[in-house]
Amino acid sequence: MGIFQRFARIPLKSTYIWSLCRQYSTDLTAVDRALIQHRCVHSRGLGASPGNPGAAPPRLPFSRVTQEDLAFFRTLLPGRTITDPDLLKSSNVDWLKTVEGNSEVLLRPKTTEEVSQILRYCNERNLAVCPQGGNTGLVGGSVPVFDEIILSTSLMKQVITFDNISGILTCQAGCVLENLSNYLEERDFIMPLDLGAKGSCHIGGNVSTNAGGLRLLRYGSLRGTVLGLEVVLADGRILNCLATLRKDNTGYDLKQLFIGSEGTLGVITAVSILCPRKPKAVNVAFLGCSSFQQLLETFQCCRGMLGEILSAFEFLDASCMSLLEKHLKLTNPITESPFYIVIETAGSNATHDEEKLHKFLEEVMTSSLVTDGTVATEATKIKALWSLRERVTEALTHEGYTYKYDISLPVEKIYDLVQDMRGHLGDMAKNVVGYGHVGDGNLHLNITSPSKDPALLAAIEPYVYEWTSKWKGSISAEHGLGLKKRNYIYYSKPSEAVALMGSIKAMLDPKGILNPYKTLPDNIH
Amino acid sequence: MSARVLVGVKRVIDYAVKIRVKPDRTGVVTDGVKHSMNPFCEIAVEEAVKLKEKKLVKEVVAVSCGPQQVQETIRTALAMGADRGIHVEVSGKDYETLGPLQVSKILAALAKKEQADLIILGKQAIDDDCNQTGQMTAALLDWPQGTFASEVNIEADKLKVVREIDGGLETIKINLPAVVTADLRLNTPRYATLPNIMKAKKKKIANVKPADLGVDVSSRLEVLKVDEPPQRQAGVKVETVHDLVGKLKEAGRI
Repeated sequence: MGIFQRFARIPLKSTYIWSLCRQYSTDLTAVDRALIQHRCVHSRGLGASPGNPGAAPPRLPFSRVTQEDLAFFRTLLPGRTITDPDLLKSSNVDWLKTVEGNSEVLLRPKTTEEVSQILRYCNERNLAVCPQGGNTGLVGGSVPVFDEIILSTSLMKQVITFDNISGILTCQAGCVLENLSNYLEERDFIMPLDLGAKGSCHIGGNVSTNAGGLRLLRYGSLRGTVLGLEVVLADGRILNCLATLRKDNTGYDLKQLFIGSEGTLGVITAVSILCPRKPKAVNVAFLGCSSFQQLLETFQCCRGMLGEILSAFEFLDASCMSLLEKHLKLTNPITESPFYIVIETAGSNATHDEEKLHKFLEEVMTSSLVTDGTVATEATKIKALWSLRERVTEALTHEGYTYKYDISLPVEKIYDLVQDMRGHLGDMAKNVVGYGHVGDGNLHLNITSPSKDPALLAAIEPYVYEWTSKWKGSISAEHGLGLKKRNYIYYSKPSEAVALMGSIKAMLDPKGILNPYKTLPDNIH
Repeated sequence: MSARVLVGVKRVIDYAVKIRVKPDRTGVVTDGVKHSMNPFCEIAVEEAVKLKEKKLVKEVVAVSCGPQQVQETIRTALAMGADRGIHVEVSGKDYETLGPLQVSKILAALAKKEQADLIILGKQAIDDDCNQTGQMTAALLDWPQGTFASEVNIEADKLKVVREIDGGLETIKINLPAVVTADLRLNTPRYATLPNIMKAKKKKIANVKPADLGVDVSSRLEVLKVDEPPQRQAGVKVETVHDLVGKLKEAGRI
């Protein structure tokens, strides 16, 4: 009775599953039992509960990996079936070091055919699979929760074709974004997306999380730039929709289902993407504003005067700057201000762009919208100015434990949330900082404390989500839901929509082996 | 102090750019490639501006030799705090063969004309890595030189320079007027802030030709060819120590 009382407020279905687990306990080894207990008495609490929706739910009754399974994998992928615990460690933990799984097998296929055979086998055997790219996700979606087999794309890094007239690149899902950027830059093109994790993230992972990044303002989202996908479905079927056509209105656009599905509907094995030409002239301006209102007015002025050459508009606040100075020893290039803006222009004519940029800068300086600033046209200085925005995430990791919130809001409300949280949390939080893609209405709210603090977490959630929901914002603008935010989906999507998502998942992955416990809420089952 | 400082600034290919050799192997591709001020020249400008802020010198003059585009480089120096600029016009074939000897003759002539008390240059340019201009200029003017400076102080009418040398640091005291070349640790160049960039637009840049200074810029050097460094060969992975020893023996290494 005690067990059921503890889980009284969880929907009945998952309680049933938990009680099923107990029935099987006689078939498990002592190690397995310890595993279940560890997982369910999660370091965050007693498994997912209304008081702790981000914690892991109980383990679903998937099969466990046996010696026969290992023999199959070793025959299929000789030398690429990893079972060494030391090698597995880094793939079991996320980049933020906040979630850890207990996978015992890491598979490294090289071809789509191998992925297909792996999934067909796992589907038959009812083995759960966690697809993994660069493991740079921030919502715990890229690592196993329990003993899911890790399916890594790290050896699928071939560029298949590149057409330098249309700018269409076709490549395998495991290509690292920075490597693709370098490849394209030699040919006078660039990737349509750019993010701080570029040195590690895989394009397959970017697509399956519909990554946004720093260039979204200019080139749009992956939903527009991805032209085709090759996906392996849960039962091993290969879905080849690798079109390289700009326009193709023949039937339902299936690739849109997989973009942003976080590996729960299929494993992306190849991508064809439309790439823009490399701009001949790139300029970066770093400006200081004394109030958020002035920052927004600067944005309007910027849109008007820079127009088509604007390629990024990012902001960070004074707290971010002091963390950059403290932990990464970066220098503030201008006088201290409450807010900082990074503006990037990209165009085909240096003189034309510089003239526009200088006119804009003169305007915002003389009208006092901006209190100070600096401009860079050389690659080294541009990198230095961008690092002030791109390395904030890194600086925060030095402050202890970070609670990250990636929120979409009406642009005028963005900083209100930061100030409100500061007031609401008071001394409980060490830092409350705001930065992000203000041009896209996307705030990265980060709160730090020296170590994990359940009382602080309880004060933040669900307050921050309710605040967001009140202003009809999104509780996850670009990071996705993963493990940590799956149960908050209702703050931004109506229940009919979530129910339909559940139906699609059941149709494409009836056994639920693809990246379980992620993206969709627990009560969908 | 009524001292006037001359700072030489060179326009070079930006250090972050990937260099490509021209197909005819006569040089590197410069067309359409991002250029910027030589990093050591930035440090030299910063030092000169710092001296002015400390009121140890009265005027900072930025000089560059080359075609029209070097005016951008001079403007950057003005935005960092230099008072005025001098553009020595050298273009075409003359610019391609312009080297330390010609530049030092120009700088020496300008120093005399402008009555400079101090010349600060970068220790070397990142495109030719010559590390000769400062030394040659000092020799032509018969002035003392403090090269590879990581610290510069004016004491009375002498210059105390801490130099970076192989064995560590060497401190010397030299008379003014003198030539100083800046090394990496001398300072961290400031970012040119917007108010200064606006002000710099109004500062003067004078145009001069080498002939006006009585300098012959013809070169006695001829570049025969320019090649990329040899491609790095891929390594070979071996399975056992035995194989490793075998392969090393094959390559004649042991």
